[in-house]
Amino acid sequence: MPIQPILDAETAARNMAEKEPRYTAQEALIEANRCLFCFDAPCIMACPTGIDIPSFIKKIANKNPVASARTILTANVLGASCARVCPTEVLCEGACVVLDLEGDPVKIGRLQRYATDYVFEHHIDVLHAPKQKNGKNVAVLGAGPAGLGCAAELAQLGYEVTVFDKKKAGGGLNTYGIAYYKMRPEISLDEVKMIERLGVKFRYGVEIGKDITAAQLEKDFDAIFLGLGLGGANRLGIPGEGLPEVVDALDFIEWIHTRPLHEVPVGRRVAVLGCGNTAIDAVTQSKRLGAEVASIIYRRGEDDMPAYGFEYELAKNDGATFHFHTIPTEILAENGHVKALRLAKTEIRDGKMHVVPGSEWVEEFDLVLKAVGQEKQTGVLTKLFPGLKLDAKGRVEHNAETMETSVAKIFVGGDCANGGREVVNAVAEGKKAARGINSFLTKEKVSGPVQPSRHGVKGTPVGSGYNKPIRVPELLAAMAQ
Amino acid sequence: MADLSINFAGIKSPNPFWIASGPPSNTAYQCHRAFEAGWGGVVWKTIGDPIVNVASRYSALNLGGQRMVGFNNIELISDRSPETNFREIKECKDRWPNHAVIASLMVDTRERWHEFVKRSADCGADGIELNFGCPHGMCERGMGSAVGQNPDVAETIVGWVMEAAEIPVIVKLTPNITNVVYAARAAKRAGADAISLINTINSITNVNLDTLTPEPYVRGLSSHGGYCGPAVKPIALNMVQSCAADPEVNLPISGIGGISNWRDAAEFIALGSLSLQVCTAVMHYGFRIVEDMNEGLSDYLDAKGYKSVAEFSGAAVKSLSDWKYLDLHYKRVARINYDKCIGCNLCYIACEDGAHQCIDLVDSAPYGLGPGRVPGKPVPKVREEDCVGCNLCSLVCPVDDCITMVEIETGREKMSWDHYQTRMAKGEMQPIPAHP
Repeated sequence: MPIQPILDAETAARNMAEKEPRYTAQEALIEANRCLFCFDAPCIMACPTGIDIPSFIKKIANKNPVASARTILTANVLGASCARVCPTEVLCEGACVVLDLEGDPVKIGRLQRYATDYVFEHHIDVLHAPKQKNGKNVAVLGAGPAGLGCAAELAQLGYEVTVFDKKKAGGGLNTYGIAYYKMRPEISLDEVKMIERLGVKFRYGVEIGKDITAAQLEKDFDAIFLGLGLGGANRLGIPGEGLPEVVDALDFIEWIHTRPLHEVPVGRRVAVLGCGNTAIDAVTQSKRLGAEVASIIYRRGEDDMPAYGFEYELAKNDGATFHFHTIPTEILAENGHVKALRLAKTEIRDGKMHVVPGSEWVEEFDLVLKAVGQEKQTGVLTKLFPGLKLDAKGRVEHNAETMETSVAKIFVGGDCANGGREVVNAVAEGKKAARGINSFLTKEKVSGPVQPSRHGVKGTPVGSGYNKPIRVPELLAAMAQ
Repeated sequence: MADLSINFAGIKSPNPFWIASGPPSNTAYQCHRAFEAGWGGVVWKTIGDPIVNVASRYSALNLGGQRMVGFNNIELISDRSPETNFREIKECKDRWPNHAVIASLMVDTRERWHEFVKRSADCGADGIELNFGCPHGMCERGMGSAVGQNPDVAETIVGWVMEAAEIPVIVKLTPNITNVVYAARAAKRAGADAISLINTINSITNVNLDTLTPEPYVRGLSSHGGYCGPAVKPIALNMVQSCAADPEVNLPISGIGGISNWRDAAEFIALGSLSLQVCTAVMHYGFRIVEDMNEGLSDYLDAKGYKSVAEFSGAAVKSLSDWKYLDLHYKRVARINYDKCIGCNLCYIACEDGAHQCIDLVDSAPYGLGPGRVPGKPVPKVREEDCVGCNLCSLVCPVDDCITMVEIETGREKMSWDHYQTRMAKGEMQPIPAHP
């Protein structure tokens, strides 16, 4: 049976309502006053974009949300979406010292949302580009977080910037691929509009290599930024993969963002293959859109899952079920539609994963969502720019400081450079690349660290955010101690 | 169980907690509610010739989400007739014979003072408090703080009152004066039985940045108000102790100024108060707060082995002295407990920018990871040899007992500024070199 929408509009809207409502002014004030205003604060060090978090919180406490948003957006132009989609538990809030003092960190993400919502809602622009352009122009390929981070920074430095994207709207995964209860696509589109107001031009529906050649870009632009992200879901390599109800989890999430909620088709019994954060988004949203059963199928164990612990908890609370140490061996069909999955248990022997002989069983599903990782854009990239060097994992090789690639005047950032990380990493890399481009074109040194150190003149480099940023694995390790 | 009852200059009260003269002591109804809640006494809202009030009347200083840290008012004395007030005092005394009811008075001429003093005694009041402190409105008419700010005038008027007084007289002092002790001495010279302090402090709490008119707002204008509440406690304690320590004053003291709980109360008693008056905290939370005050004070006195409030009163007065008697050779330094340090580095920046540059940020490796430490984050380290022992880092540290001030034995004998000057004059020592 082909899959159908299940819920009426009202129920779907209720189920998909925002996980956390926006703070009221008073709630924001109370929360802001919990901040200790640390010096050289760990939250700043844990933020890839180095937002001066204590300062923006202080400005909320002092009832100046506009200045607060200015602090946020100057460091991270996608501060509004990051406020919603960042895994704050393992970044800023995971590093917050109030967590250690009171067992509950300052809600930095929600405060950031309060301040950024304020300026968007009151139509206040806090970022400005110089009226006098510097006469140089840059092409940004991909209107996702990395491209936007790069474009906004370049525009503020006085560049003419054109962003190309094959989709109909900008924002990338922020517009199409975030769990609906975390962020509405309108937020991402508002951010794109704000960047348009900085003078950045957007050309949608343009596929590079088809609608415009790479050679043409290299001729027309002084520098090119690659922010292409990742491709479709990896192949499963099992029979039945071509059936119509076998769908990329990200495509399923895109349906949610491009159709009315009550018109999104969803299975009654949904299998999600994989157990990363996208898998969690897929399984929870399936459940919220009316699936009776939504199961994660994961070949490894609970302790190995790439999903964050708080995402796992969310999915369990939504009633998702988990099959660990399980792999699908075949997708079974009836009348050309998905009917069931043949599953088998796995075990690790001699450090390798094996299917347990005789452990196979069949379980009914009518929708299979693939969340087993996305393909690298290796083919596309090397076809466009043959000189581009990729590493063994398919990531574009680059200078960590300037984001410069092996090809002259081509810079890179985001998932195609880092292999797939958070939105906030992509914005940071886009911004870093913009400064790399600026120093390449003006022959001036990079205008400053992405993440300022608050050490002051006498400080040693030890622990300054830029020189030694803290990242998720280190934080998790520290928290586990 | 410690005895909480007091005999304050002849005014008996089952406990030392009195409602201060103000909005909570405006009516018999409130007085009944206060006594039912457990208050020992009520100082009636100041009685005088009836006045007319304005709207609005109060404003507040909020701090970091905490409301009414400071409180300000431009309300005048009672707007009810003296007849009504004296009748209601009698009604309260009839119903609560063992509780203290004190008539607060403010009039102008000698005759009017005589009349109001007599009427207070006639209605059964246990004592009289002279309002020489109200800093707004009434002072423009030659009363309130206009009296309290001039010790000679205050002395004259207290003299008038004493001519007619048959019940104890308390003089309430204004803090809006260079040295409150002179006003207290004037009260003593004129024969007053006790003093109470402090009245409110001249204030403007804030300016509305949209209208550019401060609160409380009265049709386009505001007026200088009287400031009180928790924020004034340190000022009040200083003045209470100054009067308690002055050998010429030597009068029972009723402490007033930001008292909100038993701890505040205990501090006022330790610095020489015998009774305590509370207004703002009641205006914030109601009369019910006295339960914890009575219980807390009683438990504290028991724990410390005091049998009565009177025995404890003044216990800390002598722990203050003039600066010149402090030991210049005493050394104390800050020490950080790295098991507790959460890594906010507020101690570092406070010392670096705001004090004496004695804390370094260093690699955390030798100090281990405290609860809040994240990898790569430097930790603060005190250079004890340079630490001047100022306390600032321990004050800004948000973690209890993380930075402690540790006494360092220097082996040097005690030497005050006074000794130092004497010994130098005798040629026994060279000047201490100036700090580099």
